[in-house]
Amino acid sequence: MRRYVAGRLLLMIPTLIGVAILTFVIMRAVPGDIVALKYAGSPVPQSIIDDERHQLGLDKPMWEQFTDWMGEIARFDLGTSLWTGHSVVEEIEVRFPLSLELAIIATLLAVLIAIPLGVVAAVKQDTWVDYAIRLFSIGGLAMPSFWIGLLMVLATITFFGWAPPLVFTAITEDPIANLSQMILPALSVGYRYSAVSMRMTRSTVLEVLREDYVRTARAKGVSESVVVMRHALRNALLPVITVVSLEFAFLIGGLVVTEQVFNLNGIGKLLVDAVAHRDYTLIQALVLLLAAVFVIINFVVDMVYVVLDPRIRYS
Amino acid sequence: MFNRQIAALPVALALLLAACTPAPKGSAATQSASGAEQPQPGGTLTFIVNAEPPSFDGHRETTFALLHPIAPHYSTLYKFDPGDLTKVIPDVAAAMPEVSADKLSYTIKLRTDVKFHDGSKMTSDDIVATYQKIIFPPTGVLSPRAGAYAAVETITNPAPDSVVFKLKYPSASFGTNLASPWNFIYSAAKLKTDIHWYEKNIMGTGPFTYVSNTKGQDWVGKKFPDYFGKDKNGVQLPYLDGYKALIITDANAEVNAIRSKQAAIEFRGFTPQQRDTLSSALGTSLAIQEAPWICVNYIVPNTKKPPFDDVRVRQALTLAIDRYAGSTALQKITIVKDVGGLMRPKGPFAQADADLQKIAGFGTDGAANKAKAKQLLADAGQSNLTFKFLNRNITTPYEPVALFVLDQWKQIGINATHDVKETSAYQADLRAGNFEVALDFNCDFLDEPDLQLAKFWSASGLGKGLNFAYYDDATLDKMIDGQSRETDPAKRKALVADIEKYAMDTKAYQYPVLWWYRIIPYLNTVRGWRIGSNHYTNQDLETVWLGK
Repeated sequence: MRRYVAGRLLLMIPTLIGVAILTFVIMRAVPGDIVALKYAGSPVPQSIIDDERHQLGLDKPMWEQFTDWMGEIARFDLGTSLWTGHSVVEEIEVRFPLSLELAIIATLLAVLIAIPLGVVAAVKQDTWVDYAIRLFSIGGLAMPSFWIGLLMVLATITFFGWAPPLVFTAITEDPIANLSQMILPALSVGYRYSAVSMRMTRSTVLEVLREDYVRTARAKGVSESVVVMRHALRNALLPVITVVSLEFAFLIGGLVVTEQVFNLNGIGKLLVDAVAHRDYTLIQALVLLLAAVFVIINFVVDMVYVVLDPRIRYS
Repeated sequence: MFNRQIAALPVALALLLAACTPAPKGSAATQSASGAEQPQPGGTLTFIVNAEPPSFDGHRETTFALLHPIAPHYSTLYKFDPGDLTKVIPDVAAAMPEVSADKLSYTIKLRTDVKFHDGSKMTSDDIVATYQKIIFPPTGVLSPRAGAYAAVETITNPAPDSVVFKLKYPSASFGTNLASPWNFIYSAAKLKTDIHWYEKNIMGTGPFTYVSNTKGQDWVGKKFPDYFGKDKNGVQLPYLDGYKALIITDANAEVNAIRSKQAAIEFRGFTPQQRDTLSSALGTSLAIQEAPWICVNYIVPNTKKPPFDDVRVRQALTLAIDRYAGSTALQKITIVKDVGGLMRPKGPFAQADADLQKIAGFGTDGAANKAKAKQLLADAGQSNLTFKFLNRNITTPYEPVALFVLDQWKQIGINATHDVKETSAYQADLRAGNFEVALDFNCDFLDEPDLQLAKFWSASGLGKGLNFAYYDDATLDKMIDGQSRETDPAKRKALVADIEKYAMDTKAYQYPVLWWYRIIPYLNTVRGWRIGSNHYTNQDLETVWLGK
């Protein structure tokens, strides 16, 4: 097991290097750079454009830019944003707590909605309860979370003259202000996210309920609630956990439009701004960060499998 | 020493501007508020900025996203009067410049009561250091507007309260360029320590000191108690205790911020639909100011690419566009309105409508123009002309303007396809000449031919990196240079009219579609701010206050 864990941890390094190379090449293959964009429409002479490219190192050969960047990474230096001139770490650390908190709240909401409803839908298969829950979940899948968010904001402004605060306050500073800002985006994202997990929970519970050991438990006279909760749900949770964890990783950097709608200063918005600005160092750092989040979460999930299902053993 | 004339050029230009610029359109709420009420001190103004500033150095950057949050920290030598934005007034200067008889020397007396936010006194050393950085940047320092001061030979400070600019030749625009909103006065001591210090730090002499900046979220400033400015009644400025600029990049979120009264104003501009949404939601709580805007979209045929090297084809492209019909239709849905030449319509250098209408593509008989355009294409052997029309992927106003133009061209048999690209890729194509015809744009802080004609210099000369039509024309260069040196406003206006005729008609190098129109809906608690014809000036918030 230790050997397996060590191997998985070591495998993260080539994975992240591969991501770094891909990001580096893809970004430079896209036409245009930060300098052209920065002076778009401004009557700025070509000499200024050339000077700024030189200052930012964009006139160097691509291999030299790559080795420079890799050298920085090896020194645990993510570099400076080409757009703001501030350190990339500084840019990310302002936004990361918000994205992490939103991901956690949305995940909690999603799990709290998805698992009970998914189980109920499976147990009450093909009854009106199942149909109602399926309708609810299909609604979540069909409607984009940013659109739900937009409707929520419009509704609260129209009916209550209120919209979520536009400035982030840490939960440790003022929990009420923090939750006022986070609750609507978390609900809009959590609803969609719960729909995916609810469908998965329903189908896996249904599958498990048909297993021999469930029939055996019922034959032994175990109560239905124990059958469902102890024998079926625990075994049905493995694929659900995979979906939930991957969604969680996605939420950290993928809520671009939702963050725009609610003006949340998160990682998704930062990434899109960085791409729009062709801020290579920031994009590279963010993609590496998000890749690391995915890789680590996948690893953690694999470890959780062992805890949930004693039959699984890695070697 | 030399025969001094008080403020000859700026005053003459200011008078001309005042005579030619229409008053901004405002709602009743706004006008009564700014006209009759006594300013009330106190409060914090929260406003929206829809982009993030790159560096903090005004000398280096070109975006309004820097000016809106950062200009309140700084003063400039001169500025535009917040009460009459056509008029240049002293800021840290004590008076308008004294101009020598040969118009080659500008002597500027400075205020002696100006302090930086660290408590140090501002002197002429700071002005010299500031303008040396802007006009003669050392290696490694970027100054994109240095070219606007090409006439300057030396900057000296004979006394702590006096600065002298010596010019190589008379320059019509030099006086007003001293009121450029980008020319923040910096501390000579800070610049001496590190010429790049202001790229990441703030320390000026403006009405507000720096408090904080949360990246991607907000920028906060508070009143500078030792600010030198006072209003006409001797009340200490600024009126506000502070301000907070919220960075909101999504258009819906901007509207929602004002609608929910979390922000009071956005100073760049909204679309007609956004204005109407806010107006119906907020009713009398909303005030609206509107004004013509010194921003314009140009059609730019790439003269290096056949058949656009043929003047008849270029003339056909402009003749096909019925700008008056376009104005009627597009002003309802986007931020364009007026038909004009290279100078802002109804601005101080604009031609009379009757004269403008004699230029190809600006006549009011759309059908006759289109017939002539068809004939020109036939003469050039291009009756079935097909090309790609490069545009950027920004809705307001690029997409509707481009769609209108494409439709106009289609009516004379041109089959142009809309080649929409993300801004960086669009800019890369423009700068590489990798396009056939493009929709370019330009925005300036001032009605000033030197600024508006910057894109018309020869592409291999002063227009390098600016002139995307890629022509070289010594005649046009000479005409542009001539107007720049002409210090008589009336004569200069006539020279500019000649340039318009030559560049838009005779050679048809590049030509405007429609000029932009600025719309600012805002909470009517905001007082003491007046819309101008640009979104760069009047942003120091010195005279802004909050009413009930």
